[in-house]
Amino acid sequence: MARNSNRSKTGFSVWAVLVFIFLWLPIAVMVLFAFNQPSASSLASNPGVDPCSLPATQIGNVSVWNGFTTCWFPAALHDPTYIPAIITSAQIAFIAAAVSVVLGLMAALALARMKPRARIPFDILVYLTLVVPEIVIAVASLIFFVQAHNAVPFFPQLGFWTIVLGQIVFNSSLTMLIIRARFVGMGDTLEEAAFDLGAGPLATFRQVTLPRLMPAVFSAFLLSFTFSFDDYVLPAFTNGTTNTWPIVLYSAVRFGITPAVNALATMMLLLTVAAIVITVVIMRRSRGGSTDGVAKNFAALGV
Amino acid sequence: MTLDTAAPAPEANASGAGRRRSFKPRYPAWLALPSLAYQIFFFLGAMSILVVFSFATQTGFNEITYGFSLEQYKAVLDPTYLGIFVRTLAMAAGGTLLTVIIGYPVAYWMARYLGDKKLIALLLIIVPFWTSFLIRTYALKIILDSNGFVGQTLHLDLMYSAWAVGIGLVYNYLPLFILPVFSSLERMDWTLIEAANDLSAKPFSAFRQVTLPLTLPGFVTGALLVFIPMTGEYVVPAILGGGKYVFIGNVIGDAFNSAQNPPFGSALAISLMLALSIFVALYILVATKEERFGS
Repeated sequence: MARNSNRSKTGFSVWAVLVFIFLWLPIAVMVLFAFNQPSASSLASNPGVDPCSLPATQIGNVSVWNGFTTCWFPAALHDPTYIPAIITSAQIAFIAAAVSVVLGLMAALALARMKPRARIPFDILVYLTLVVPEIVIAVASLIFFVQAHNAVPFFPQLGFWTIVLGQIVFNSSLTMLIIRARFVGMGDTLEEAAFDLGAGPLATFRQVTLPRLMPAVFSAFLLSFTFSFDDYVLPAFTNGTTNTWPIVLYSAVRFGITPAVNALATMMLLLTVAAIVITVVIMRRSRGGSTDGVAKNFAALGV
Repeated sequence: MTLDTAAPAPEANASGAGRRRSFKPRYPAWLALPSLAYQIFFFLGAMSILVVFSFATQTGFNEITYGFSLEQYKAVLDPTYLGIFVRTLAMAAGGTLLTVIIGYPVAYWMARYLGDKKLIALLLIIVPFWTSFLIRTYALKIILDSNGFVGQTLHLDLMYSAWAVGIGLVYNYLPLFILPVFSSLERMDWTLIEAANDLSAKPFSAFRQVTLPLTLPGFVTGALLVFIPMTGEYVVPAILGGGKYVFIGNVIGDAFNSAQNPPFGSALAISLMLALSIFVALYILVATKEERFGS
């Protein structure tokens, strides 16, 4: 029996390692191809030119390995479209996440301990916003925003703000569910104690509820930010003339990409990994070496 | 802001069931109003206009006549579009099945065998997710390129094939399945499996009769989290399918972008939601059948 279970453990481990390789292979390829040169024929026909200053149309096929160079990294940082698009995306994601967390937190506080009957209509609405395919929400929002602007002139034109408004629909449902799950899970005895001790609702919220909800609030913000920042479909239909990072990436992938894109993505990956390592180290220290709670917080990101 | 005291006054309870709580502190219900108003305005509002548009007709460039015309829905029933519907649902179902087959053992392995190294495994799954999915899909394109490594050494020309689209779908949605299944497996009491083994259950029947029913909610959630966005997928078929395997999402997008026929696109979008709800309802019915008979 014991040998049998050992064998199945090995089988599972091999499978898991293969899947992890599958998950990371494209990332490795992305990093590797950030160091890719323009094709040999392109280099030959542009002698004496900085190879990384060539436009996408003149660098030949960069989906195959042509040789090593590091020049795409400085080129990417000076690109006139990439950096502004990344900044725009970060601004949109930040505003959408902040508003979604506030809306989601308020709704979670109200709904968590409400009678199921009163809660169900709201729940249905929330789940609907999550299960309707994004392409459907995207085209519906497009029509809605155009009509709204035609009817009410001060409603924003298609652009930065319509992307934010559209993303809050999905993101506030997401943040509400994450925060509510935590709020329901932690019980209400401490709130009761605070109330017994004469704390008003606002003080109870500030001193009891919010501090304990912080990990969930943080997870919700992070997840919401990530979804917004990486979102292509909704912004592609409601952007007007605003360029977000995924929109720039999509047209690069479709109509001509340079390794500068890989270079930027590689730098962003490094920043992310650094942020994670720092977070894990800080959380570990503050919890006396246990990673169990950290694992749970990260698991909460997925559900 | 007031905390309502929902239950009767404390003294009413003091004598009776002592375990009953004296009152339940509650945050006021109106806190849900801003969120509710937002969803009604921006979500239900947009969806209603979509329905109105689907019954309208395109009468010229940027000109729409409202009414109650079923013309767009008749156009949706054209064999070309029905074929794309069938392909979309079939490929999303196939992609979900592949995701389940690939992802479930990983979630199981993490929950059962990893002990205190779970965090590392979780990070290894989540971090690729934080690189733009467009770049990851592009990297897949490099890998599958017929002039690249797979094409030249393994002589597999996968680029712009149904397999390329399938790989792209599985790749992008795998974490969305692994994470909820992992969190439901993690809450499982593994001594139950030991008990089943002691009662001489074979490993597979222990899995089928104990593990699977106990983790069914996570399983159903994970599969839906993967299947639903796959049916609406827009980017993967466009980049990895090379125009040969368009999904219904691409046709909807085109109706708004290049074809300039929003009413038709709206009818397609409504039809997609109808098809999806039927599919999801059937799935939930079948997936929870065993559980309902069991209890």
